[in-house]
Amino acid sequence: MRPLLKILTALALLIAGFPVYAQSTNGPLRIEITEGVIEPLPFAAPAFVAENAAARQLADELSQVVVSDLVGSAIFREIPRSAHISGISNFDAPVQFSDWKAINAQALVTGSVSVRADGQIAVKFRLFDVFAQSALGEGLQFVGTRENWRRMAHKVADSVYARLTGENGYFDSRVVFVAESGPKNLRLKRLAIMDYDGANVRNLTDDRSIVLAPRFSPDGTKVLYTSYETGLPRAFVLDLGTMRRKALDELPGMTFSPRFSPDGKSVVMSLSKGGNTDIYLVDVKSGQRTRLTSAPSIETAPSYSPDSRQIVFESDRAGSQQLYIMPATGGEARRISFGKGRYGTPVWSPRGDLVAFTKINKGRFHIGVMRLDGSEERLLTASFLDEGPTWSPNGRVLMFFRETRGANGAPSLYSVDISGRNLKQVPTPGFGSDPSWSGLLK
Amino acid sequence: MKRKLAVVLTAGLLALSGCAGGLPESGLGADQSQAGDFKYDTPEFFVASIGDRVLFTVDQSTLTTEGMSILDAQASWLLENGAFTALIEGHADEQGTREYNLALGARRASAVQSYLVSKGVADNRLSTVTYGKERPLEICSTEACWSKNRRSVTVVSAGRSS
Repeated sequence: MRPLLKILTALALLIAGFPVYAQSTNGPLRIEITEGVIEPLPFAAPAFVAENAAARQLADELSQVVVSDLVGSAIFREIPRSAHISGISNFDAPVQFSDWKAINAQALVTGSVSVRADGQIAVKFRLFDVFAQSALGEGLQFVGTRENWRRMAHKVADSVYARLTGENGYFDSRVVFVAESGPKNLRLKRLAIMDYDGANVRNLTDDRSIVLAPRFSPDGTKVLYTSYETGLPRAFVLDLGTMRRKALDELPGMTFSPRFSPDGKSVVMSLSKGGNTDIYLVDVKSGQRTRLTSAPSIETAPSYSPDSRQIVFESDRAGSQQLYIMPATGGEARRISFGKGRYGTPVWSPRGDLVAFTKINKGRFHIGVMRLDGSEERLLTASFLDEGPTWSPNGRVLMFFRETRGANGAPSLYSVDISGRNLKQVPTPGFGSDPSWSGLLK
Repeated sequence: MKRKLAVVLTAGLLALSGCAGGLPESGLGADQSQAGDFKYDTPEFFVASIGDRVLFTVDQSTLTTEGMSILDAQASWLLENGAFTALIEGHADEQGTREYNLALGARRASAVQSYLVSKGVADNRLSTVTYGKERPLEICSTEACWSKNRRSVTVVSAGRSS
């Protein structure tokens, strides 16, 4: 990860000599996504201009990724190129707004790509409000290596998303997950990492031991996971830069369900001892453990609030699996789930206002969200087995895994908007489970 | 035939991976009729004649009467074969979330361990591991399979210290 970050100098450079347009009198073009978008905003994205011959294929592919990101969010709808009246052959020429207005494109994304003498790629883009005939924000330029061309496309799409919604995007991000293969009674599992949209899959471990539930560090440089490589389930940390892995601590016991604190300095996890599972805090540097719960019941799946002050977790202390919130230092917990059925795998949203969870009721599994007091519970999915939600960096989308039933049942990754719309499979080469979504890459 | 091949493959893969997980499964399924051929003080006899597994009801770790009688036999065998140690695996069916099932498997393994200790088996000869829902024995998605997957498996081996 680190070399990638180093290589990609995604500089948001103001392009010199940029024309300045007056803002529309009715305020800038904006789509509200608070309640979930029912009518997506139509946009046009003509093929990006190749500034030199070496950039020709790349310009086309890059603009396809931008379109795929925006359309995939279901907040935007592309007006297909076949409907375009004119293209953009010169990135700096004035835009013929009437041509885009005629096909009802409310937003216009233009771009150019050049391959520089040093092999670096430069991508420029502009966003226009067609009906106001004005630019939305400044033009931006991203510079990076050729292998990172998809990241530059994601950054363009993130900028478009941010300017049109007023919220951060989520496209320039990655997902770690468990890549599964083999029959159901002898699944082979390995950790893998990929772009949020399923591209660039890379294995992180071999499949000799069971590995479970990877979780990104807040800065995206490390991954916590559970491995059976010692014979017992054990929390491990993998450094994505050096690819070195080590057990989180050396103390005895079965440890699992680790997750980083927002500052990345400590980890909350479960420890099973004598049949009792409780939540512990581990200092990453020293490996020192602090016990946060001590009940004879099962306490597991802890997740920090973004302000680090509280932890949401699941417990069966009241007889069945339910969600609770306690202070980050331990102490009295309050129950937040009160609906019918069992609740597990709580994950605090990056905005801090919601908890995503898995719910099991009458033999069906659901992914849902609720407020911190348990109110406004919304079930977003239903199937034989939906499990393990993870939040997009902007808190608008959840990724999870869905396992099909029966002897040939197998898991795949899915995503769904927190409005419950836009449910879709995330492509992986084989079976996939236990996704963890990174923050926006730097 | 196909099934047998799968069993052999399973054992091979597990041996490669150094994972103790599913080995007894292959032993038990293989051929009950041969049980009589095994010598009393062998893990094979333990699997075939004593019974290495105990089943649990949904979301429970309390031992059933049937479970306790199997464990009584396991305890007697362990007491008479003092050179063996046992690793107790706890498993859950697929109808639960991953972390919870790990905790539930740990509880089941521990319930078995406590029972064996209560029958006189030395604590330091027994260890536990949870597999949660990671190693189902039966793969259909109905109660017929789930009831067999909610199990503990007592894996005995010679001289391995816990």
